Amino acid sequence: MDNRFFVDSAHLSEEALRRKHALEQDPSCRTDCMTYLPGMEQISPELRERVLTEMAGYDYSRYTGKDVLRALQHDRCTIEDLKAFLSPAAAPFLEQMAEKARLETRKHFGNTVYLFTPLYIANYCENYCVYCGFNCYNDIRRMRLTAEQIEHEMQVIAESGMEEILLLTGESHAQSSVEYIGEACKLARKYFRMVGIEIYPVNTEDYRYLHTCGVDYVTVFQETYDVQKYEELHLAGHKRVFPYRFEAQERALMGGMRGIACSALLGLADFRKDALATALHAFYLQRKYPHAEISLSCPRLRPIVNNGTIRPLDVGEKELCQILCAYRLFLPFAGITVSSRESRSFRDGIVKIAATKISAGVSTGIGDHEQKYTGKDTGEGGDEQFEINDSRSFRTMYQDMEQEGLQPVLNDYLYV
Amino acid sequence: MQTEDTLVLGGHTFHSRFILGSGKYSLSLIEAAVKYAGAELITLAVRRANTKEQESILDFIPEGVTLLPNTSGARNASEAVRIARLARELGCGDFVKIEIMRDSRYLLPDNAETVKATEILAKEGFVVMPYMYPDLNTARDLVNAGAASVMPLASPIGSNKGLATKEFIQILIDEIDLPIIVDAGIGRPSQACEAMEMGAAAVMCNTALATAGDLPLMAEAFRQAVEAGRKAYLSGLGRVLLRGAEASDTLTGFLHD
Amino acid sequence: MITVNGKPEDADGITVTALLARTGYTPQQVAVERNEEIVPRAQYDTVMLHDGDTVEIVRFVGGG
Repeated sequence: MDNRFFVDSAHLSEEALRRKHALEQDPSCRTDCMTYLPGMEQISPELRERVLTEMAGYDYSRYTGKDVLRALQHDRCTIEDLKAFLSPAAAPFLEQMAEKARLETRKHFGNTVYLFTPLYIANYCENYCVYCGFNCYNDIRRMRLTAEQIEHEMQVIAESGMEEILLLTGESHAQSSVEYIGEACKLARKYFRMVGIEIYPVNTEDYRYLHTCGVDYVTVFQETYDVQKYEELHLAGHKRVFPYRFEAQERALMGGMRGIACSALLGLADFRKDALATALHAFYLQRKYPHAEISLSCPRLRPIVNNGTIRPLDVGEKELCQILCAYRLFLPFAGITVSSRESRSFRDGIVKIAATKISAGVSTGIGDHEQKYTGKDTGEGGDEQFEINDSRSFRTMYQDMEQEGLQPVLNDYLYV
Repeated sequence: MQTEDTLVLGGHTFHSRFILGSGKYSLSLIEAAVKYAGAELITLAVRRANTKEQESILDFIPEGVTLLPNTSGARNASEAVRIARLARELGCGDFVKIEIMRDSRYLLPDNAETVKATEILAKEGFVVMPYMYPDLNTARDLVNAGAASVMPLASPIGSNKGLATKEFIQILIDEIDLPIIVDAGIGRPSQACEAMEMGAAAVMCNTALATAGDLPLMAEAFRQAVEAGRKAYLSGLGRVLLRGAEASDTLTGFLHD
Repeated sequence: MITVNGKPEDADGITVTALLARTGYTPQQVAVERNEEIVPRAQYDTVMLHDGDTVEIVRFVGGG
């Protein structure tokens, strides 16, 4: 059964409701999602075309157990092997894939696991992405932290021992300008040794500016690589422009960023095709920018405020594990992050096989770290983007990873 | 295979994946070597002419074979460029194999100068096939410089020592989108076959044939080896049974639903 | 005097064609450089050689 995404809020004006319903029901009210908006930088479409062509030609029903067995024998996983690993035919071979993936992970990363935490600094958003808690029609408590509040949050997090932070905002140019984000990054550099951002896609020059503010890596989720689905799920806002989002990682690298992350939000569309496209997106980026650090995320759909029924549909834990093993075998050098959307048992298991980075001490709300970390109520916070599943604190996570026989690493990077 | 398996270099299509060198044996054997090797590309060198030498090597090369002049003798990029231009003036098309050696003992190619020469000649419209020491960064530079293929050495030129650089050639095959042509050092058909199984686009040999007891027979052996290796590569090599124990604990036992 | 393939040659004031004929080269089989500039075959009849010129005459030989 499909997810039911559309939720009307009693707080919307009649006019807003009419606009919302029109966007939802009448495709002719929506803009062309392949057309760049004024001010959006355009770069070579070559990479995007390669990924989409490969994805369009992927017929996973064609692959058999024989293909999977052959792929398991290869020292190096080809694109064909990746397609076999992502196909339904690979399901009975999950244990073998996991064993091979474990060896690859250990070969490239030893027995380390990286810990980090995300920090949401604002949840204003101009987009209407129907599955997201921050979407502009969702009735939630909006908040944007001031510089003082950001610094306070960072102090609380830094005191816990964390050294790497990922700064996030909702996608609102008006409420969270590039300069506002840049100032937050400068603050983050004071408290953390590694700063990443997950914000709305910007032009090369803005990435360059943010890099000078202390940012090292840029995460952008494409959500789905299926253009038709993308169009149906991202009904309004800048995010609606598919190619501009797709090219964000490349612009980030052109702007001097050290690393990037790619991801599809699993459960939105055909997960096998989306996983293939994600891996190829990362693969071709690495080919074109060999110096770049490449990583992948693998979020599944989660319930949001005002819509607790959203599920990742056919992407169960077994399927997610299969995808992560395929990612690892195809991109043995890539970092793989598993977020707190996943359960404690899943994260404990997957770090032994394929994942290299996990979050801890997570809140996807705004300005509530002190409350969550110490129990001290600091008043109103902003609502969360999605419900998390694994709420372990930094300290607990650190100890748990050690218990699992892994070596937690907070940072292995000297800032240059 | 449904589609024809061809090698495309600078817009020219070849069916043979064996490139023949023409050095170190008599001109009278060239025709047989080409025929038995099934070669469609043959390398030549450019040298100062001796007076009153009426025999031309070109008269011994069968019709339809594409000439691939090399820049042997060049010690830097500018000498290679000069030789390439002279070769083109000799009227044999736009192909050039860049060879730049600064070392007369091992004859190892100078990668940095090779990149420079590639850039200049590619801009002048040559189909540039640079001979190089198998280094990934150099190979990427050659791609950016406009090379039509990359020709890593298997072992020192003329040594017949085989795939001494195997691991590094494999990296080039895996990472570079241009045809990787294994050149220099291949001494036996089995080594040529192995290079092709690895995914090399073609193999080039000279000394292995020139020093064989029966040159045409060895040429034929190389043709068959290259074809066999290519077919093995295209077919997807089969599995190898590994020795060793299965893990006793399942890794995936934690998965729910 | 001019230098042809490293050897001195008394060829001041003659054309490339004349030099090739005198020294016994087949023009179709060679390429000619004068002072490191290629002389196109079509200009062999018109390009004059002068005292102090350095001429290289090359051809294809076997090579790998």
